[in-house]
Amino acid sequence: MIEKALTGNRLYWAWLAFLLLIMGVGALGYVHQFTYGLGATGMSRDVSWGLYISQFTFLVGVAAGGVMLVLPYYLHNYKVFGRITILGEFMAVAAVAMCLMFILADLGQPMRALNVLLHPTPHSILFWDMIVLNVYLLLNIVGGWVMLNAEKKELPPPKWVKGLIYLSIPWAISIHTVTAFLYCGLPGRHYWLTAILAPRFLASAFAAGPALLIICALIMRRFTAFDVGREAISKLVTIITYAAILNFFFVGLEFFVGYYSNIPGHMHTLDYLFFGLTDHAGNVYDNLVWPMRFSMVIGMTATIALLFPKMRDSYTKIGWLCGMIFVSLWIDKGLGLVLGGFVPTPMEYITEYYPTGTELAITAAVWATGFFILTILYKVVISVKLAKES
Amino acid sequence: MDNSRRKFLKIAGLSAIAGIGAPTAFNGLLKGEALASAPDLEENVLKGEVGKRYGIVIDVRKFAENKALARRCINVCHSIHNVPDYGLNKDGSKNKKDEIKWLWTDGFENVFPDHSHYKKNADLHEMPILALCNHCDNPPCVRACPTKATFKNPDGIVMMDFHRCIGCRFCMAACPYGARSFNWRSPRELKADGSYKHIKNFNAEFPTRMRGVVEKCNLCAERLAIGKIPACVEEARSANAMVFGDLNDPHSEISEVLNSEFTIQRKPALGTNPSIFYII
Amino acid sequence: MYDTGKIIPGLLVFVGLVTFPVWYAFGTDAGPLPNPEKPTKARQCVESTEYMRTSHMVLLDDWRDNVVREGGDRRAKTEDGTEYIRSLQNGCMNCHTSKKKFCDECHNYAAVKPYCWDCHVQPKEAN
Repeated sequence: MIEKALTGNRLYWAWLAFLLLIMGVGALGYVHQFTYGLGATGMSRDVSWGLYISQFTFLVGVAAGGVMLVLPYYLHNYKVFGRITILGEFMAVAAVAMCLMFILADLGQPMRALNVLLHPTPHSILFWDMIVLNVYLLLNIVGGWVMLNAEKKELPPPKWVKGLIYLSIPWAISIHTVTAFLYCGLPGRHYWLTAILAPRFLASAFAAGPALLIICALIMRRFTAFDVGREAISKLVTIITYAAILNFFFVGLEFFVGYYSNIPGHMHTLDYLFFGLTDHAGNVYDNLVWPMRFSMVIGMTATIALLFPKMRDSYTKIGWLCGMIFVSLWIDKGLGLVLGGFVPTPMEYITEYYPTGTELAITAAVWATGFFILTILYKVVISVKLAKES
Repeated sequence: MDNSRRKFLKIAGLSAIAGIGAPTAFNGLLKGEALASAPDLEENVLKGEVGKRYGIVIDVRKFAENKALARRCINVCHSIHNVPDYGLNKDGSKNKKDEIKWLWTDGFENVFPDHSHYKKNADLHEMPILALCNHCDNPPCVRACPTKATFKNPDGIVMMDFHRCIGCRFCMAACPYGARSFNWRSPRELKADGSYKHIKNFNAEFPTRMRGVVEKCNLCAERLAIGKIPACVEEARSANAMVFGDLNDPHSEISEVLNSEFTIQRKPALGTNPSIFYII
Repeated sequence: MYDTGKIIPGLLVFVGLVTFPVWYAFGTDAGPLPNPEKPTKARQCVESTEYMRTSHMVLLDDWRDNVVREGGDRRAKTEDGTEYIRSLQNGCMNCHTSKKKFCDECHNYAAVKPYCWDCHVQPKEAN
């Protein structure tokens, strides 16, 4: 089936060439980082994880979001998602691939990455994260590919693949739960030390993943003859809306616990993220205040808007609102959550983090690689589905 | 423990294995006694009392009397372990980004952020307080490490195996004491004359590190192995400012000091059980 | 078979490229054998020469794991009773005093690049 990705119009090739260009620039950046060391990034002794790990965390969510299609379609036989479910599975594939690349980009000694397998360590959450992510990648690529192949050949899919797909449903929950455990099991970081982290991760994932999917579906509808159907989109919008509501509710809970309990450690990071944090010398640190407030405003505005039927009556409106939710959650989780957790440090110093050009180039390149994989996979899907229909 | 209670606890334990309580319950069964009633906060301390557990008492008062002492301890530690010094930024501020430190001084409010410093004696804020790896009895960094590159050795020392570290920095996020440093760049950059740019007093008997691995205080494991005490303690000994020894030996000097002086540990509420104690 | 005209030449080119090192070196010998410098002061190594030649890296790994991780002894004795330190930097290199004339001889010949010296300190070379 992969040969279907080798034919396409000029726009298709131009898009792939554009992604390759970004990947090339990022590769150069990585050569620099590999030879000089991670000092080529903006990370420091105080803020020891940066853009790579925060993107990784966000993308685990995007990957898990695919389950919002797989579950209704396969478990509840919800036929409306017949054309879109495969898109969700393949989005999960691209997202997990990005996650793994971000982890590799973040390692100080990437050549030793396989030490994680050579010295398996069950008490480390990172060990489990590696397992669940790789298995989830496999489940989705095999499940999606075999189902699509069966559809192409107009044969019933083999029985065993259903088992894999059913397994992928709880597995999706597990990848984001385990990823939350990376953070919420650490004793010295108050912002992360909250039992609601895993549910909050899942809620934001079930909004961000499908939101990106709708945007992709609308782009494909515009540029190809492939249409996932109005009903599928509107059902997905409902899922996004409620997941986003839950997410903002959970954020509100964090605010309540922090400020009502009045425990300094629980308030510090929220202060830093939303109001600016002042040190003993009177300096104010607020480099994330603007993005975080922006994130909350656009996210909540879009979520409330989606509750009104009038705002859901055109693809343009839906596209914009989904875009707002995606960007909002990307800032909240893809920047604020990881970076905020390091402020203040365990010794109560405040260090602000700014990514370097090298770091931005590598980050952009990983995203471009993800979209490259996504484009190829979606091209195959579209070709198979359209060929069958014509 | 009477028989029926033990039986009940075994059954309760077995059913818990199916659930979240598995590890705790399982350990209890293996030992033939399940954990009863209220959690014992000192449980880990008791558990640790097999074999050695090295620790240090730091007498902050002595360091306050002798302001140069802390600097001397740091220098000797950093020079025998080839800890690089990345000096200052171009604008003259300290290079905090690349900084690597095994032993350093900090303010009371930074070393003990959970303790109130409201209306405390005025000289408290002037006191340079030594900070280092706490060699916790229950170390979160060891839990986090995905390759066992950081681990607790038979003497209770939290060690680093630099060969195995993949540089994921999970341990840095896990450490509640800011004790871990990462080699953001090669510590072996050379000057024009072939000497190391960032390692001033080079010790040819101890390795350096390479870029991309985490490092921290090793409680001078390499000195303990040949019968010496940690270098910082040796330096501070003349002023009687630090005591080193086996916390599990009730007759060791350190146990006697801990018995007679009021000491505090950093962030005791986190349950890590630090092996470093402070007399303030 | 479809595209026979493309596949057969393609396969031939592939096989040719993969076997390039074999036929490129055909007829030439492997160059002079390495001759690592023997220590002058010590008579006996910690293990037999044959074992050290094939398995010194295993021994170093074992020492490391035993000394660093398991709290093993740093000192041991050779068969003839000479005490040595179980350490690359402070043990091996006490007798084999030149990395260039000892380690590099074979490592260069075999084109292996162990990363020992990224961290461990090699003895000062007498030029």
